Amino acid sequence: MDPTAKYISQKISRTRWRPVPAGLLQQPEVFAAGSWDNESNRVSIWSLGDNDSDTDGEFDEEPRLLCDSEHDGDVMDLQALSLAHVWERAHRYSCDNAPCTAVVCRSPELVSVGEDGRVILYKADQTEVVRVIENADSSTIHAVTFLRTTEVLTVNSIGQLKMWDFRQQSDSPAQILSLTGDRVPLHCVDKHPNQQHIVATGGQDGMLCIWDVRQGNTPFSLIEAHSAEMWEVHFHPSNPNHLFTCSEDGSLLHWETTSGSDMSTLLQRGWNSRVVSHSGVPLAGEDDSVVSSWLAGDSSKNRLEATHMLPSQTLSVNSLDVLEQCLVCGTDGEAVYVHRQLPV
Amino acid sequence: MEEVDVEPSPMLIPSTGFHQRHLGFEWGPGDLLVYETNYKLSAGSPLVHVVRKDEDICSPILRKLFNESHLIFVGLQKIKEDVPSKNKKSQFVSISKNYRSVIRACMEELQQNAVSAQDGSLASQYGDQVSILLAIELIWNLCEVLFIDAAPAGSLLLHLLDWVRLHKSDVDARAREVLQSESPAQHQSYWDVPTGTQTLTEFDVKWRHWHEECDRCLQDNTFASNRHLETIVKILVGDEDTILEQKELLSTWYHFLVTRLLFTHPTIKPPDLHYYAQSSMNMFLGPRAPPEPLDIILLSAFEFDLHQVIKDCSIALNNWWFVAHLTDLLDHCKLLQSHNLHFGSNLREFLVLEYASGLFTHHSLWQLAVDYFDHCPEFGRVYLELQIERIPLDTERKAIKVLRICEDRQMSEQVRSICKIMAKRALRNNRLGSALSWSIRAKDAAFATLISERFLQDYCNKGSFTDLDLLDNLGPAMLLSDRLTFLGKYREFHRLYGENRFSEAAKLLLSLMTAKIAPRGLWMTLLTDALPLLEQKEVKTRTTHALHSHFTDEDIESTKTELLRLALARNLAMAIVKEGTIET
Repeated sequence: MDPTAKYISQKISRTRWRPVPAGLLQQPEVFAAGSWDNESNRVSIWSLGDNDSDTDGEFDEEPRLLCDSEHDGDVMDLQALSLAHVWERAHRYSCDNAPCTAVVCRSPELVSVGEDGRVILYKADQTEVVRVIENADSSTIHAVTFLRTTEVLTVNSIGQLKMWDFRQQSDSPAQILSLTGDRVPLHCVDKHPNQQHIVATGGQDGMLCIWDVRQGNTPFSLIEAHSAEMWEVHFHPSNPNHLFTCSEDGSLLHWETTSGSDMSTLLQRGWNSRVVSHSGVPLAGEDDSVVSSWLAGDSSKNRLEATHMLPSQTLSVNSLDVLEQCLVCGTDGEAVYVHRQLPV
Repeated sequence: MEEVDVEPSPMLIPSTGFHQRHLGFEWGPGDLLVYETNYKLSAGSPLVHVVRKDEDICSPILRKLFNESHLIFVGLQKIKEDVPSKNKKSQFVSISKNYRSVIRACMEELQQNAVSAQDGSLASQYGDQVSILLAIELIWNLCEVLFIDAAPAGSLLLHLLDWVRLHKSDVDARAREVLQSESPAQHQSYWDVPTGTQTLTEFDVKWRHWHEECDRCLQDNTFASNRHLETIVKILVGDEDTILEQKELLSTWYHFLVTRLLFTHPTIKPPDLHYYAQSSMNMFLGPRAPPEPLDIILLSAFEFDLHQVIKDCSIALNNWWFVAHLTDLLDHCKLLQSHNLHFGSNLREFLVLEYASGLFTHHSLWQLAVDYFDHCPEFGRVYLELQIERIPLDTERKAIKVLRICEDRQMSEQVRSICKIMAKRALRNNRLGSALSWSIRAKDAAFATLISERFLQDYCNKGSFTDLDLLDNLGPAMLLSDRLTFLGKYREFHRLYGENRFSEAAKLLLSLMTAKIAPRGLWMTLLTDALPLLEQKEVKTRTTHALHSHFTDEDIESTKTELLRLALARNLAMAIVKEGTIET
């Protein structure tokens, strides 16, 4: 089934589903979209209308605008929160404001990162920032994600992943990981929903890397996913055998891994990609059945399949979000695509 | 200079010209900068106006038109040349229909907005845009019928009827009801024919027969008793005066034309259209009403004069969207003769370039323009190269997107220039890591050297390195410039020293000096760094000798010289003794 497209007269930088209460098994209906590169940017909330499909199972509701509001500057990131607040000049240079590049929240705490290389921790109900890690990075930090309640992982434009532990007093990272070889800027990062040590990143060269942050300095798998910058990578929150990536080259890919019962190598199949996998040493003390199928192993039982989700080549797909069976993404062609029957 | 086709219409700029100020102006890429000026200094701040010709580009609803038509345009360019022409024709017709459906969608939305708008001037603005789009769709549809679909005689009139009916229904719903009740389309027998079951000549014969019969009935006054029926039959035989009496129902001259053709000449051939078109227009409009621009454009279309159509549309509309896309489609159908303009490119390319240049001035739609430039083989690249450097880069993400566009097209000049701008900005904000990553992307050795100098300066001033996370993890990027390599290795030297790995540190220091990549200004510092090493027990003779030789090359302060000489001598002595000792 093809996704429905809706042109909204603004280039979309971020789209996010409004979270549905867990356990209700509802499909998400409301999403937020932020614009960029406009003289006046907006954050808009859209609704998909009735959840019940017609008799033939077709959803042909176009998203309807519920409300929108003005936003100073480009909308760089969106997260859902129950309170609203503005922290002025959180990210800055000595004489100017610096763009904040990403925001992540795990209620009630928020972490933001920016082009000024700062990592800032906030609490949703406090007007003062809780903690600032000055000079966390000498280059721009592009994305951030929570690993544990007090740990975050950031990626920067010299190809490094840094782990920060807020319980520690010092302003230096707990761990630094990076690729040997060219220091390609990393743009996005996402953590495996069930296993906190598995992390996926995407960078300027379109490579998808899967890392195990406990082990070593190099990623487990490198996959040539896209031909241009990868803007977002997301594990499916309830079914982590599925991964979604979107890129500047205008494609949105759905990666699916099918695993055997034992640890097996992650192999690329057919579709013009190659996998460079490192020999994975079986992790001591780990329950075999729990080990994720994303990590490298020995035999070739594992396969990785990728499918294009968008009908034709569009301008850059800047953002995507998945929840239950629904996918929403936004492009530089000023269109929002909604797919309501994901095969997950 | 060429003569102008129409007199330019004056445009008033509000609140200028008061206080006896002069006006100066300067052309911009899509607009005009007008400023007040005066020879004498006077109080009050002068005003500066930006005058833009194309206001459509700012309309949020029309933006959808631009975006959707961009997709269609790109799809059209990808149609391969080697497909047989019959299949291509159907493809082109469907693309034309796509364009038109996009126009109609926009029109509907504008119409809804016009109806629901609270503000009177806003409603009338929307209304104006609706009527322009109506006219555009009308012209496009006619061009599709006449040129792209190129309907032959027989089906030509059918298509024209559809065309008129489609547009008639937009304008006047009530009239449509009345018209349909009188429409001959209700006569089933009349329409049996042009479905293709008979040839054109057979149909023609039958039609003439029927026409003669109607005529004869009229002459015989068969219908004299019923005035209405008589009128209807008169219309059916194509009596022009009677048809003209129904002017209010017909509202436009082209409707009159098609009606007239329907009843007098249903098998009209395309080349004969223009004669009837001209006479219909004259008859309908009468001697007093001058034809409007739209009428003239339609007439040119009926006369199959494509170039005139394009030219008149270009003048009448304030936005190149319509002519650019239509001409591009017609060019793909190979309908435009290669009409070379004075400056080397052909008509299609000229119009597409104009449209794209207009798009480029928009703060957001510039991304669409890139694809249009890509498909202008002669000048597209040059236009793109000139314009892409002028995009304001507020965030890194935007810069990354612009760079990707340049890199994909191997525009290395522009890549270097943009990276340099971003690197300089980063440097000014003290973001040395960012600056370095931009230099790496541009492979800009000179700038990498500059950044390294900055690091070394900081080191000399503070005594320690900043941004260790960057320096410790340079990787292969270190090789971009000599100075950068030195910086990385020097930092490594410090690290080795800190970890008490003195012999390795010494070797590294020596290699740095030997490779001569150390900047002159730092040699003193390097030698001073070497001092404590010489006290360490592990440093060997050879190393000491080598250090000594470098030292003698230099011309340095005397106290330091003495210290160094002493240290080196002592070390040498120690090393000789140690190496000469035999352990028993």
